Amino acid sequence: MNSIAAEQLKTLKISIYRYDPDIGKKPYMQSMDIDIPKDKDIMVLDALQLAKEIDPTISFRRSCREGVCGSDGMNINGKNGLGCITPLSEAIRGNKLELRPLPGLPVVKDLIVDMTQFVDQYKKIQPYLITDKETNGKEIPQTVEDRDKLDGLYECIMCGCCSTACPSFWWNPDKFLGPAALLQAYRFISDSRDVATEERLDQLEDAFSVFRCHGIMNCVSVCPKGLNPNKAINEIKKMLFKRAV
Amino acid sequence: MAMNGKGYLDASSLPVKEFDGIIVGGGGSGLMAGLQLAQSGMNTAVVSKVFPTRSHTVSAQGGITCAIASADPNDDWRWHMYDTVKGSDFIGDQDSIEYMCQEGPATVFELENMGLPFSRTEEGKIYQRAFGGQSKDYGKGGQAERTCAAADRTGHALLHTLYQANIKAGTNFLSEWFAVDLVLNDSNQVTGVIAFEIESGEAYFLKAKATVLATGGAGRIYKSTTNALINTGDGTGMALRAGLAVQDMEMWQFHPTGIHGAGTLVTEGCRGEGGYLINKDGERFMERYAPNAKDLASRDVVARSMMLEIIEGRGCGPDKDHCYLKLDHLGADLLHKRLPGITELSKTFAHIDPADHPIPVVPTCHYAMGGIPTNVHGQVITQQSDGSDKIVDGLYAAGEAACVSVHGGNRLGGNSLLDLVVFGRSAGLHIEDSFKQGIGISDPTSENINEALKNINRVNSSKEGENSSVIKKDLQEVMQLSFGVFRSAKNMEDGIQEINDIRERSEGLHLADKSSKFNTARVEALELLNLLEVAEATAICANERKESRGAHSRDDYPERDDENWLKHSIYFQETKEVSKRDVNFRPKIVQAFQPFARTY
Repeated sequence: MNSIAAEQLKTLKISIYRYDPDIGKKPYMQSMDIDIPKDKDIMVLDALQLAKEIDPTISFRRSCREGVCGSDGMNINGKNGLGCITPLSEAIRGNKLELRPLPGLPVVKDLIVDMTQFVDQYKKIQPYLITDKETNGKEIPQTVEDRDKLDGLYECIMCGCCSTACPSFWWNPDKFLGPAALLQAYRFISDSRDVATEERLDQLEDAFSVFRCHGIMNCVSVCPKGLNPNKAINEIKKMLFKRAV
Repeated sequence: MAMNGKGYLDASSLPVKEFDGIIVGGGGSGLMAGLQLAQSGMNTAVVSKVFPTRSHTVSAQGGITCAIASADPNDDWRWHMYDTVKGSDFIGDQDSIEYMCQEGPATVFELENMGLPFSRTEEGKIYQRAFGGQSKDYGKGGQAERTCAAADRTGHALLHTLYQANIKAGTNFLSEWFAVDLVLNDSNQVTGVIAFEIESGEAYFLKAKATVLATGGAGRIYKSTTNALINTGDGTGMALRAGLAVQDMEMWQFHPTGIHGAGTLVTEGCRGEGGYLINKDGERFMERYAPNAKDLASRDVVARSMMLEIIEGRGCGPDKDHCYLKLDHLGADLLHKRLPGITELSKTFAHIDPADHPIPVVPTCHYAMGGIPTNVHGQVITQQSDGSDKIVDGLYAAGEAACVSVHGGNRLGGNSLLDLVVFGRSAGLHIEDSFKQGIGISDPTSENINEALKNINRVNSSKEGENSSVIKKDLQEVMQLSFGVFRSAKNMEDGIQEINDIRERSEGLHLADKSSKFNTARVEALELLNLLEVAEATAICANERKESRGAHSRDDYPERDDENWLKHSIYFQETKEVSKRDVNFRPKIVQAFQPFARTY
């Protein structure tokens, strides 16, 4: 977009959350005008890159720019999403774009949050296949129907949009696993090749890990991949209930 | 040692973290090497500038090609080897290709056993689809279906599975750390890297007896690329600055189907599932260029055919500057089941639903066949003045950063993921073995460490000049114009001159933001220096290879020249000169495949 004539541009007011721990200032919103193409619907990430060309000190994460790596989860005009696959036409309200870091996690700098807590919860659910199935140096057989059960679960990109939109996670980020980790817990419980369902459920059976989910559904409304963590959580709850009675 | 202000980093006060082995890069090959070393109990660290699952392996779509004999019980790794040698236009090393194709099946089954959610056949086996350049029975048995797939999200499934396996194995990650330069001792052995933690801005010498460069590709040297923004050739840049050789840098793959305007990839698996390319007249033009394989000819052939259609005025759209990939005849059900990811991408980036409308596509920079030369064990090789190979002690490379060379002049689709896992593993295995036997790497001196700090000190102390993003744009523009699908001497010579100017400008690069915490401007400035090394190597090698082979096609030398150029090109940054290196024609088990005219 570096060679677009001026008449093909329009101005967008962008407002970005700024914080640098080394500068002792309180966090503030930095406003600036950027030139964006008139006839092309660019993505929020593109707009952010244009802002960074004006002020290179703005920090944010980005990698694939196509919605599969999960780097650029951020709060876009009040709603969590991925900058790279959110077009301005969907995001902008009143020609204004306000970008903040994902809520609920400590801010490292600008739009960059500390994901440690989020990843720790993921690690807790033993996010790997536990199996004792005979392989004979080949694949563990799995029917098409059994494999279909993993659709809607394995595609998670760990962007953190869901967990950081969840009030239950905001309250208990250390004890409530959060929608992202629970989606993965259910991904392994659902895998016909995995033999550790009971062990996995044992670990989830307390007042917090799963049951702090109150079905607020923010996770579903923000997931940029269209996944449904709430459904997975409900399935886990059902399995836990079934075991209890 | 925190970097802020204009302070110089110095060996005398630079903290050291010591490991048995370090792996730079957390994509497929890095995680495979990391897993191998973690399981061996060595003290290792995977150093990655992004959280590992943000690495570009995650974007691979179509699958991992491997003769696991699922779709065809008679499939044979030797057929896969034949296809790969032919696909490489005969400058792939046959010992490496043999190793990859033969070792492949065990590795793919192992990935499945780790949990990779492959799609399945009705018999419950791993699903395989057709990909370009695949044949049965050494080209005589028609199209093969050899690419193992997890829908069209195979890279995501593979990378997450490997990350999960590394969590299980307790691998130590230095996540969001940026490696700057290799530290060589007086005997030119590699003793580790200079790196900094991006979050704190603290710099360290990461000392190790074995260093693996698994830093991936550098597609961001081009303006339009399928590659992630992080693909800046960091390992290749480090190797070049350390005075090591790079190989076949002119060989860049242009993927036939990047989404027009956006550059994002739609998988070759679209054509494997029955999709095909059309021009503005709706003609399935690949029937003219490749009567047998048609749309599943190898990528260099398809990309050139598309560009010819566009050049000759049969392109689609108001500017006739792209082609269409037609999928609507496959039906929404198949698209939903086999190609859900590209359906999503087409809606987001092309604003069309491929179940109703063809996808506008154009050949787009995708993959570096060239890179840091290695043997099958991942050991980095450099060339001595007499032209002989020399192993660089302490240094390994794997994946796209490396040139082992299994892809030669043109990579076959699905061979990249196989390359990653097979050679990531083989590097890990070799390091483990070497450790058991005892590795003799002597310590670097303070001067050695300060030498490796030069680059970052220059950036950190810059006082005035241009911002890296300005220089980067100009570099990408030159590469796009002068080193694309079709190349001409005049364009390339002009391009080299412009890159020369850009190098001079880069000496005056200015990092205005000297702050320490998560300073992405610093990272981008250092990345630009790596891009520049890769771009310059590409340009000079491309101009030097006076023939057309694989992905390298020039109008003044339109034919392949086996007499003079059945060779790897080797390039050093210091002399900016290109020499030749023999291609390996000595596979261990099968007879070598001799060059023949390559048609599809």
